[in-house]
Amino acid sequence: MTLPETPSQTVGPFFSIGMTWEDARFVVSEGTAGAVWLRGRVFDGEGAVVPDAVVETWQADGEFRGFGRSPTDEHGRWGVLTRKSRYVEVAVFARGLLRQVLTRCYFDDAADPVLDALDPEARQTLIAKQADDGYRFDIHLQGPHATQFFRF
Amino acid sequence: MTIVGGDPHPPLLYPDYRATRTRAPSRPLVDLAPDVTDLSGPVLPESSVGELDHDLTAQHGGEPLGERIVVHGRVRETNGRPVPDTLVEVWQCNAAGRYRHANDQHPAPLDPNFTGVGRCVTDAEGRFRFVTVKPGAYPWRNHPNAWRPAHIHFSVFGRAFTQRLVTQMYFPGDPLFGQDPIFNSVRDPAARDLMICRFDLEQTVPEWALAYEYDIVLRETPFE
Repeated sequence: MTLPETPSQTVGPFFSIGMTWEDARFVVSEGTAGAVWLRGRVFDGEGAVVPDAVVETWQADGEFRGFGRSPTDEHGRWGVLTRKSRYVEVAVFARGLLRQVLTRCYFDDAADPVLDALDPEARQTLIAKQADDGYRFDIHLQGPHATQFFRF
Repeated sequence: MTIVGGDPHPPLLYPDYRATRTRAPSRPLVDLAPDVTDLSGPVLPESSVGELDHDLTAQHGGEPLGERIVVHGRVRETNGRPVPDTLVEVWQCNAAGRYRHANDQHPAPLDPNFTGVGRCVTDAEGRFRFVTVKPGAYPWRNHPNAWRPAHIHFSVFGRAFTQRLVTQMYFPGDPLFGQDPIFNSVRDPAARDLMICRFDLEQTVPEWALAYEYDIVLRETPFE
């Protein structure tokens, strides 16, 4: 049996009313050993922040399995408190995105089959930057710093 | 255009839907190696869903205004296998076409008895069931005199991060389909039909609510 797949549609501007899952920003609870904030902003093709996006993160690294979800605020900022793993799968949903876009956030620029297959400029868009309060991972949907997204 | 067994999803850049012009990714997508094994899950704790979360008409002191409806269906994979124990989230505007969101400026009334948010976890056969009111149509500013057809937003997790699906469920015979670029961003008419629920007389609750059936099919995961 082969059933036809249901098509995607945009989350629209009001996904955040559905965000009743208040603690979804906390992949691990505060005070967990090794917990780090992974934070960033989302930008559109005009360089404006995207205040109505939702960023979801997924990690499966050995025993550790963690799902995170954060809406962006009026400054386009999102953030999840998590544990470091080699990388984090990152999905972005927003008004104007007819389907989510999928990328990866790496905590360091070491050899990796996915990273190594990218040109250097695209590769750099997947590397988080260390900050005083954790790691920074900005997402640019378009423009000179456009993030590399994956087909899936 | 008919796509047989192809990608049913809309293109990320669909200029008729204006917001895609500045938000669709500009850097060409690359394939993620198919041997990635870490995309299974997420599995979510059932405790995150409350007993009345599936009933959008029972979340306040009184009943919301509008036409009460039951929306039910199954989540399956393209191979027919049901997707049990997966979180299904819905959100929608009220019967007057207004979302309970600070940014919704449509001059239609809010309903103090309606938030417009529901969630449930599918059963062993992948079934879900919501009780709600039929959402209204509402204007938006995409093009002159633009109106969204009535719809309920659906978010489904599935077994794998790559199965994650957010879509919109539409109602049969909506006269607004022709002018809606979001609906029409799905280029294959047969695929568009998959987003329209089916009136379901059998599941109608006599003297109480009409019913609609809406099945959701996720691409099967190759990682098993």
